[in-house]
Amino acid sequence: MYPFNYHKPSSVDEAVSLFLDAEDPAYLSGGMTLIPTMKQRLAMPTDLVDLSGVQAMRGIERQDQKLVLGAFTRHAEVARSEVVAQAIPALAHLAGLIGDNQVRYRGTIGGSVANSDPAADYPAAVVALGAEVVTNKRTISSADYFQDLFETALEPGEMIVRIELPIPRRAAYRKFPNPASRYAVVGVMVAQFDNGVQVGVTGAGPCAFRASTLEAALAADLRPEALAGVDIPDAGFNADLHASAEYRAHLVGVMARRAVADLLAS
Amino acid sequence: MEITVTVNGRSHRLDVSPNTLLVDILREQLRLTGTHVGCDTSQCGACTVHLNGDAVKSCTVLAGQADGASVVTIEGIGAVDDLHPMQAAFREHHALQCGFCTPGMIMAAIDLVEKSDHLDDAAVREGLEGNICRCTGYHNIVNAVLSVAEAKA
Amino acid sequence: MSATGIGAPVRRREDGRFITGAGQYTDDLHVEGQVYAVFLRSPYARARITDIDASHALSGEGVLAVLTGDDMRADGIGDIPCGWLVKQKDGSDMVSAPHPPLAHTFVNYVGEPYALVVAKTQDAARHAAERVHTDFEELQPVIDLATATDSVEIHEGVRHNLAYDWELGDRTATEQALADAAHVVRLDLVNNRLIPNAMEPRAAIGRYDAATGEHTLYTTSQNPHLARLILSAFVGIAPEHKLRVVAPDVGGGFGSKIFVYAEEAAVLWAARRLRCPVKWTAERAESFLADAHGRDHLTHVELGLNEHGRFVALKVQTSANLGAYLSTFASSVPTYLYGTLLAGQYKTPNIYVEVHGVYTNTAPVDAYRGAGRPEATYVVERVVEVAAREIGKDPADLRRMNMIQPGDFPYETPVALTYDTGDYEKSLDRALELIDYAGFSARRIEARQRGCLRGIGMSCYIEACGLAPSQLAIQLGAGVGLYESGEVRMNPTGNVTVFTGTHSHGQGHETTFAQVVSDRLGVPFEDVEVVHGDTGRVEFGLGTYGSRSLAVGGSALVKASDKVIAKARIIAAHMMDVGADDVTFDGGVFSVRDSNRSMTIQEVAFAAYVPSNYPLDLEPGLSEKAFYDPENFTYPAGTHIAEVEIDADTGVVRVVDFVAVDDFGHVINPLIVEGQVHGGVAQGLGQALLEHGRYDDYGQLLTGSYMDYCMPRADDVPQFRVDTTTTPCTHNPLGVKGCGEAGAIGSPAAIMNAVTDALGVRDLTMPATSEKVWRAIRGAKGGIR
Ligand SMILES: Cc1cc2nc3c(=O)[nH]c(=O)nc-3n(C[C@H](O)[C@H](O)[C@H](O)COP(=O)(O)OP(=O)(O)OC[C@H]3O[C@@H](n4cnc5c(N)ncnc54)[C@H](O)[C@@H]3O)c2cc1C
Ligand code: FES
Ligand code: FES
Repeated sequence: MYPFNYHKPSSVDEAVSLFLDAEDPAYLSGGMTLIPTMKQRLAMPTDLVDLSGVQAMRGIERQDQKLVLGAFTRHAEVARSEVVAQAIPALAHLAGLIGDNQVRYRGTIGGSVANSDPAADYPAAVVALGAEVVTNKRTISSADYFQDLFETALEPGEMIVRIELPIPRRAAYRKFPNPASRYAVVGVMVAQFDNGVQVGVTGAGPCAFRASTLEAALAADLRPEALAGVDIPDAGFNADLHASAEYRAHLVGVMARRAVADLLAS
Repeated sequence: MEITVTVNGRSHRLDVSPNTLLVDILREQLRLTGTHVGCDTSQCGACTVHLNGDAVKSCTVLAGQADGASVVTIEGIGAVDDLHPMQAAFREHHALQCGFCTPGMIMAAIDLVEKSDHLDDAAVREGLEGNICRCTGYHNIVNAVLSVAEAKA
Repeated sequence: MSATGIGAPVRRREDGRFITGAGQYTDDLHVEGQVYAVFLRSPYARARITDIDASHALSGEGVLAVLTGDDMRADGIGDIPCGWLVKQKDGSDMVSAPHPPLAHTFVNYVGEPYALVVAKTQDAARHAAERVHTDFEELQPVIDLATATDSVEIHEGVRHNLAYDWELGDRTATEQALADAAHVVRLDLVNNRLIPNAMEPRAAIGRYDAATGEHTLYTTSQNPHLARLILSAFVGIAPEHKLRVVAPDVGGGFGSKIFVYAEEAAVLWAARRLRCPVKWTAERAESFLADAHGRDHLTHVELGLNEHGRFVALKVQTSANLGAYLSTFASSVPTYLYGTLLAGQYKTPNIYVEVHGVYTNTAPVDAYRGAGRPEATYVVERVVEVAAREIGKDPADLRRMNMIQPGDFPYETPVALTYDTGDYEKSLDRALELIDYAGFSARRIEARQRGCLRGIGMSCYIEACGLAPSQLAIQLGAGVGLYESGEVRMNPTGNVTVFTGTHSHGQGHETTFAQVVSDRLGVPFEDVEVVHGDTGRVEFGLGTYGSRSLAVGGSALVKASDKVIAKARIIAAHMMDVGADDVTFDGGVFSVRDSNRSMTIQEVAFAAYVPSNYPLDLEPGLSEKAFYDPENFTYPAGTHIAEVEIDADTGVVRVVDFVAVDDFGHVINPLIVEGQVHGGVAQGLGQALLEHGRYDDYGQLLTGSYMDYCMPRADDVPQFRVDTTTTPCTHNPLGVKGCGEAGAIGSPAAIMNAVTDALGVRDLTMPATSEKVWRAIRGAKGGIR
């Protein structure tokens, strides 16, 4: 790892100003992505701004029809939270599927959403639930947030403070893990709201997206069978050693069907 | 930078550069070589220790993140004549061969048993996803962990 | 049976240090004054090195040296040899391309070391390594095994990139028998490339004492004496008596730590040049690139059967990928450890095999757990399975009717081996019973209702352990003997120090060997200490590989123990004033026949070192050495049966039940033996379903980390069900056969037979990844549902 300066601010403002004062800084959240990347010398920030001391970025809270998660909420906290289990059990389930125990004790939702790895789990929930990403500057709707491979609407220095997730009537998440890395080859969240069904897909494309064709089919008939004939074009889908674009498209269908079945059983 | 860490109950004030990893503090500075390094992508779990009571991969924790923390390593949970129940179970069930994954495996297993209400074969296997063992085929590891879980219940 | 004697499930004594974190692996050692090496590795699969500019790097803080392949050559350091010279069909020697420890003119695989940077800290060495500027002229690489022999020449003068064209068996008779056969089953098989991945990455510390001229190498080796021999005799690092090689605790090997590697030579050489200890520890990424890989065969097989289903001929043609250079035992793995095993458990009268050993611009390929025998088993057990399906016979029945029977031993195969003993049907029957073979169809129907395709597959494997005898092996090209040495030293106070030339890196020798010696000498188990892994303490040895340690190393210890007893008997007889023939020995006590006089072996030991009442013509002391050279291989065999379930929607395969019934001869410690089977089966499961070392067309390793190389995790494997049958080996004193590799040998074919059974397809290439399986399902149905 290259040398860097380490800072540990205690407020959002302090964090942002430390960031802006540094030459080539990075925010450090759980470090489960950033540290391995730095160890492999693929990232070489001059300054790390560790967010673990910022109280305003912590906490899990239910506010009416919203679940509010501080950006520094660790995956394990979400997986085990009573509040989450009550509000959006599918989200707790999703968090419990991320990586492994050790990773879940460190990794955070803010880091995951900021990083926007195409194979990350949380983004499926963010888009399926129509969450809002609240930064130090503004509120970004999930529709605008994920833009491309590792590309989000965040501007340089902009920091995620919390994520606000609308609480659906019911939801379910299904993941097809990569057998080696255990990230998602494909992950699908199906969420039923009073005004419709929303389907978020991760793993398949360069970033998480809403699957409108699946949503349309489910709007008419919220049963797994409704997805039987739905075509999922694989254009633009990811392809790697573990899954071709075609196979990913197929898996989106299977995971969506299973998620719907889980949702109906919940 | 200067940090303070408590390792196995002893507090240490250390002068480290920010790019030092917790595992290097343990292995190089404190010479606690029971914590191993088996990969460079945070996947094998050989480096697992307890950080403020949670099992973490010490190869993916920076010095600054460990500042003020309490760390427990394999050396801190028991001794040859006073084994932790998990250590004893690993020996009893022949849950190790070369022993390289073992410290990390034991630290992960202790955390798993402590934090779970109910563990069965499948839950133990899932709970040890972050630890790779090339020798044992996991069979005896799972049985060792289950035996400790059963004793706890 | 005593609680610690032969056959007892003694809890391992080495565990005490491992479970408390007190193990001492190479990277745990800190040698006073050590500095750190980082290797520069080729980014290209094939290139000419045109310039190395180290000036930038050398100016860095704490940087001590940048040493290149040219420097090494100038210092007279020689090439790394291949330890087994295979003769080709035409009688000529195989073509061994020069393999310098550090590449100088050409690099031939991604990850090949060509220089090292030494600095005072690891970080400084890494930074400096990034600041060395090397110019390469890229050359066209040869990556694809199937087309390698028609591609550009990798090594000057190695025509068709062929290291050898080798054969075994009677071609004419085999082809004739195939022509006359009632059925011929033809199959093309791939044995996937595997990357061993012992969890401890390789590491080495070189140390040089200028005052005495002594060199010491601490290294992650399975066979330190062999490393010393090769490093001194061939590489020329130091004379043998000035080189000590220590392999402390070693975190797994599976073959990959048998070989002598460039880094080991380089740290010693650098330590001498720089006059300070030089340490290197591999990062996992380096392990992926530069540890020797395993397997990687393309095979065409033809099995002929007569109208009753008896095997009449087997013809096998294999291309074996050897990588860019011949690693230490690379040449022998696809030949003598493979071709010779193609008879399997069957009385096939005509067998012919030819093997092309092929160079490619990939990491060297050498022995990996099973080494040749998993490849042979895969060929035999896949083609037999397909034959059963094609002629409509039950796979178990077809195997059974072709098996060598207990009355046929010793049985001479058409491929050069003589099996000493076995009872193959017994293992088969036991395995069928354990898996409830008869109940399978009900389980299949039940699975179908859950949307799962269930399949069953078996594999009746045989393997050969404890390569032997030395003379024959040397005639066939082996560069070293295949005996083992041991020393049993009774100390004056009556406890025992045992020295063995084998090496334990997970196998539990400190326990098993102590059981053997304590049982033989009748001394308490706690009083026996086992020493291994240090050429400075152990006289000689050939190390641990090929499941040889107990059968060969253990036998040497039995022999040495018997010598100790023989000498002790003379002393005891003298002290009790009778003739040696009047003294019996049992349970550690020498007794005078028909009297109540007796002495313990501990008393005798004391007398041997404090000789007051002592035979005049006898040397004092009670320590004996033995070399044991086996007269034959041992032949473990057994049946593995797997049941798999396939998620019909996704193609994910799960092994839901696995039964292994093995005949290892006598078992010294069942706990350890079972553990070896579990570990081996998990690796075989990895080969069948998960693992595949893959390069792209440019020779870049695509599976260079655990993100992409799929290691079996706890939730990938089921609970295994393991049992043994016993036909004792006839030619070693313990009647043991070896158990270290069987799991990895038998399981891949069993699992793939189950997968193809579930899918109703003839073949599927390992690993049976979910996408491949999904495509097979879709292909069978003619479209996605
Ligand atoms: C072995 C392993 C397995 C894994 N498996 C999975 C998996 O199955 N599924 C999955 O989804 N993920 C997986 N991950 C990734 C893990 O979930 C990470 O925790 C996550 O992607 C990043 O979160 P972090 O808190 O660790 O962020 P960091 O690593 O600290 O940061 C990640 C990036 O986000 C930036 N960042 C962090 N916080 C903020 C913020 N508040 N505002 C703006 N930018 C910020 C950082 O600068 C950095 O660029 C795995 C990781 C490992 C090591
Ligand atoms: S060394 Fe930390 S996970 Fe492998
Ligand atoms: S015991 Fe060797 S890796 Fe687990």
